[in-house]
Amino acid sequence: MKLAYWMYAGPAHIGTLRVATSFKNVHAIMHAPLGDDYFNVMRSMLERERDFTPVTTSIVDRHVLARGSQEKVVENITRKDKEELPDLILLTPTCTSSILQEDLQNFVDRAAMESKSDVLLADVNHYRVNELQAADRTLEQIVRFYIEKAQKQNNLSTTKTIKPSVNILGMFTLGFHNQHDCRELKILLNQLGITVNEVIPEGGSVLNLKNLPKAWFNIVPYREVGLMTAVYLEKEFQMPYVDITPMGIVQTESFIRQIANVLNSIDKTNSYNFDQYIDQQTIYVSQAAWFARSIDCQNLTNKKAVVFGDATHAVAMTKILVREMGIRVACAGTYCQHDADWFREQVWGFCDEVLITDDHTQVGDMIARIEPSAIFGTQMERHVGKRLDIPCGVISAPVHIQNFPLGYRPFLGYEGTNQIADLVYNSFTLGMEDHLLEIFGGHDSKEVITKSLSTDSELNWTIEATSELNKIPGFVRGKVKRNTEKFARQNKIITISIDVMYAAKESAGA
Amino acid sequence: MSQLITSPKINEKETLKFECETGNYHTFCPISCVSWLYQKIEDSFFLVIGTKTCGYFLQNALGVMIFAEPRYAMAELEEADISAQLNDYKELKRLCLQIKRDRNPSVIVWIGTCTTEIIKMDLEGMAPRLETEIGIPIVVARANGLDYAFTQGEDTVLAAMACRCPDKISTTSDSKNLETPMMIDNTQKNGQNSKALAHPPLVLFGSLPSAVVNVLTLELNKQGITVDGWLPSSRYTDLPALGEDVYVCGVNPFLSRTAMTLMRRKKCKLINAPFPIGPDGTRAWIEKICNVLGVIPTGLEEREKKIWQSLENYLPLVRGKSVFFMGDNLLEISLARFLTRCGMIVYECGVPYLDKRYQASELLLLEQTCLEKNVPMPRIVEKPDNYYQIQRIRELQPDLVITGMALSNPLEARGINTKWSVEFTFAQIHGFANSKDVLELVTRPLRRNMMQQVSNKTLVKPAK
Repeated sequence: MKLAYWMYAGPAHIGTLRVATSFKNVHAIMHAPLGDDYFNVMRSMLERERDFTPVTTSIVDRHVLARGSQEKVVENITRKDKEELPDLILLTPTCTSSILQEDLQNFVDRAAMESKSDVLLADVNHYRVNELQAADRTLEQIVRFYIEKAQKQNNLSTTKTIKPSVNILGMFTLGFHNQHDCRELKILLNQLGITVNEVIPEGGSVLNLKNLPKAWFNIVPYREVGLMTAVYLEKEFQMPYVDITPMGIVQTESFIRQIANVLNSIDKTNSYNFDQYIDQQTIYVSQAAWFARSIDCQNLTNKKAVVFGDATHAVAMTKILVREMGIRVACAGTYCQHDADWFREQVWGFCDEVLITDDHTQVGDMIARIEPSAIFGTQMERHVGKRLDIPCGVISAPVHIQNFPLGYRPFLGYEGTNQIADLVYNSFTLGMEDHLLEIFGGHDSKEVITKSLSTDSELNWTIEATSELNKIPGFVRGKVKRNTEKFARQNKIITISIDVMYAAKESAGA
Repeated sequence: MSQLITSPKINEKETLKFECETGNYHTFCPISCVSWLYQKIEDSFFLVIGTKTCGYFLQNALGVMIFAEPRYAMAELEEADISAQLNDYKELKRLCLQIKRDRNPSVIVWIGTCTTEIIKMDLEGMAPRLETEIGIPIVVARANGLDYAFTQGEDTVLAAMACRCPDKISTTSDSKNLETPMMIDNTQKNGQNSKALAHPPLVLFGSLPSAVVNVLTLELNKQGITVDGWLPSSRYTDLPALGEDVYVCGVNPFLSRTAMTLMRRKKCKLINAPFPIGPDGTRAWIEKICNVLGVIPTGLEEREKKIWQSLENYLPLVRGKSVFFMGDNLLEISLARFLTRCGMIVYECGVPYLDKRYQASELLLLEQTCLEKNVPMPRIVEKPDNYYQIQRIRELQPDLVITGMALSNPLEARGINTKWSVEFTFAQIHGFANSKDVLELVTRPLRRNMMQQVSNKTLVKPAK
C-alpha cells in the first residue's frame, strides 16, 4: 500500500480510453463499477467536446457480481453495435474489475459473433502500467489488429505514395496541447513538401489503418505514446521513424535534418535538403532565435530553474533553457519512471541533478531545497510554486482546463518556439523590473494602510455574529458586513446577532 | 412514454409513476463524499482504500486533491496487496501511524471502495484492533460503487459514525414525559428556559456547511425547539448523544441507511418529513418536526409567503417551463417538488436510487404539489439509462435538463439548456433563504439565453 495524495499519470484504463475515443467511430465499453466512468466527465469538460463521449459503462454492481458479468457485457456490446454502428468496439476493464479475473477475451469472442463491428479487448495489465504506457500499448494493439486483418483480406496498401509522405503517430485526446501541436506539425510538413498520410489516433478512422504502410515514414512527436506503433511498423514494413520531438529551435532543426536523412535514404533519385528552410524559419519566422540574442534574454543568463514533467517535455524544456536561453537547470526530472534510462541519457550534461520519481512530495522538497527563480513543470509544480512564491510555467501533462486554450498555442515547431520563449520570459521576473525591485524593495509596500474605523458605526456585533462573519469567505465578507449593517440601520437594530445576519441575507434577496 | 406529456389532461386520481430502467447511467463515485466531509468534520482524516482509479477520480474529476494540506489521502492498493502477498493489517497500520504522526486527527475514517469489496478485505474486522493499537478511533464506511451512488457515500459514513455516538442515558422521568409529549403553546413562550426541556431531545442528521446548520437550528429555535446536536458535528469529539428517547430527522434525501441505523442500532425515533429545500419543503420540514415534538408552530405560513415574495424576481422565468432531471445526486425528488411548486413542469425525474420509505413524506408532498398546481406527475425513473434518456430529451425538448458534467456540453451543443446537477450538491440549497440560490442556479441558463446574442442554434453537425 502506498499513501498517495496526488498522482502524475493516471490509471491504465484512462490511457486506453483516450486512444479509443480519439479514433472516429470507435466505441469503448468499460466494464466497471458505477463511478469508475469519470473519463466521460474529464473528456467532456476539458476538451469541451460537443459530441457524447463514445464510452459506455457496463456497470458492475452486486447483482452483476453475483450472477457473473458475461451476459451484461455481451449484451452491452451488441446493443452499442446496433445503436451506434461503430467500426470498432473496444472493451476495457478498470483496476477494480480486472481483479475479478474473468475471461474477458471469451466475452469479446462471443460478442464478436453477434456484432457487425470489430470487437477487441484492450490488453493491458492494470496494476503494472500507467496511463501513458497503456495508451502506447493500446494504439499498437489496434494498429496491429487492422494491419493483420488487412493482410488476411489481402487489401493492405503497401505501395508507397509518389510524393514523400508521413504518418503522425500519437496525437490524441486530453493530450497536452496536442491539437495545436498537430496543426503546427502539419504546417511544417506541408512547407517541407511532405504529405501527411494518416494522423492517428486523433480524428483517424480505424478503417484507414490499412493505409499506414503507404507513407514513406512515421513521426512520433511524443515518445510516451506512439513509439510502440512506430517500432511495430518498422519491423513489419521496414518503415523508418523520426522520434525527435521538434520542440525548441535546436531540436526542431535536428528533427527536420533527420527527416531529410530519411527521405534521402528512401529516394535515391532526388536529393532533399532543407537547410535553406531551416535558416529562413530560424531567422525570420521564429522570434525565439532573435529573442535569445536580445538584451532582454541576457538578463536570464544563469538564472536558476527546475524542470519536471513527462519525459518528452521535460527533456526538451531542459535543453531549450540551457542551450537557447543560457538558463541554468538546477534539476531536471520526470515522473515517467519506465523511461528513466532514456531520460538520464538525454539530460546528461544539461543539469546539475536528475530526479526520477512519481512522488510529488519529493519534487516539492527538491524545489524547496533548490529555491529556483522559476519552475517549469506540471500543475502540481505550479501549485508548489504558489506556496513557495516561485513562478511556474506549465510545460507538461497532467492536463488541466488551462491547457485547453481556445487560441492557438502549440509547443512544437517554429510557432512553438515563440510560445515557449514567451512562457519562459513571462515566468521570470523581467529585465529592468529585477533591478527596480532591488532598489525599491518589492512591488507593494508590505504594510496595509487600513482605513480608520468608521465613526458612524454605532452598531454592535455579538460575539457569535462576529465569528459567523469570519466564516464567510474573505472576498465577500466586506459586502455581507455592509449589507447587514445597512439592514440593521434601516430596521433600527443596534445589536447585530446571528438572527439579524440571516434576516438581512433574506431581505437582500427580495 | 411520452403520451404522458403530450396529453395535458390530468386525472385527479393520478399518482406518481415509478419505474426502474436498470440502465447504463453515470454518476460520480460515492467516495466523492470525502471532498465535503473532510471539510465538515474538522478534526478528521479520511483514508480512501482503493486503487489508482479511485485516486485519479478524486484528483481529476473532483479536482480536490491539489489543496495544500488535505486531510484525506489514498491508501493505494498495489499488485502485492491485491494478490495478498502483503499483510493488509500491517500495511494499514503503517499508513495510519504515518497519518497519526503527520496530522494527528481525532478520528480516521476508512473509506472502503469497490476493490476492498472484491478482494474481501475485512476492514471492519481490522479497525477495532488497530484502533486500540494506535489510540485513534477508526470509523469504517463502505462507500463503494457496487452498492451506492454519489451522495450515498455520505450516507455510509454517517451510518458508520452513528454507531460511534455516545449513548443517551434516559432518566425515568424523561421517558415518562416522552410518551405523552406536552403540547406547548408557542405563542406564550417568552423565556429561554421554557423551551429548554419542554420537548424530547432532537438530533438532526446530514452534512451541511456550518452556516446552513445555524440557519436551520435558528429556524427551529424560533419555534421553541432546541436542537440537541447534529450528525455529523463539526468535530468528531462532539458527536451527539443518541438513545431511545431521542428523535432524529434528516436534512438530505440520500440518508436512508443512516436513518435505518439510527432507528435500529440506536433505537432513535425517526421523524419522516419532506426535506428542507425550497420554502415549501422547509416549512413542511419544520411543521413535521413541530407536530411530532408536540409544539404548535407559529408564523410559518407568513414566513413561507414572504420567502415566495422574495423569489418573485425569478418565478416568471421558470413558470410554465419544463425540466428534465437525468438523475445524479439523489436530490432530484426534492428539487422536482420545489420546481413544480415554482410553476415548472417536471417531465422526468431520474434518480440513481430511491428509498420510498425514507422519502415517503417527500414523495407525498411532490404528489400533492402536482395536484395543486394541476400539472402532470413526473415520471420517476430509478437507475435510468442515459442513452434512452437522451432519446426522450430529443423528443420532449425540455426547457432545461439537469444533468451530470459528462453530458452537459454535448446537450448544449444540441441546443438544449443544461445545468450541472453537482452544483446542487455543493451549493447551499437548504432552508428558507437559500431557496433563492436554487433558483439562481436553475434560471442561469434561461437568463443566459435572454442576454447572449450568440445564436443558440445547434452547434453540431446533424447526424448522418
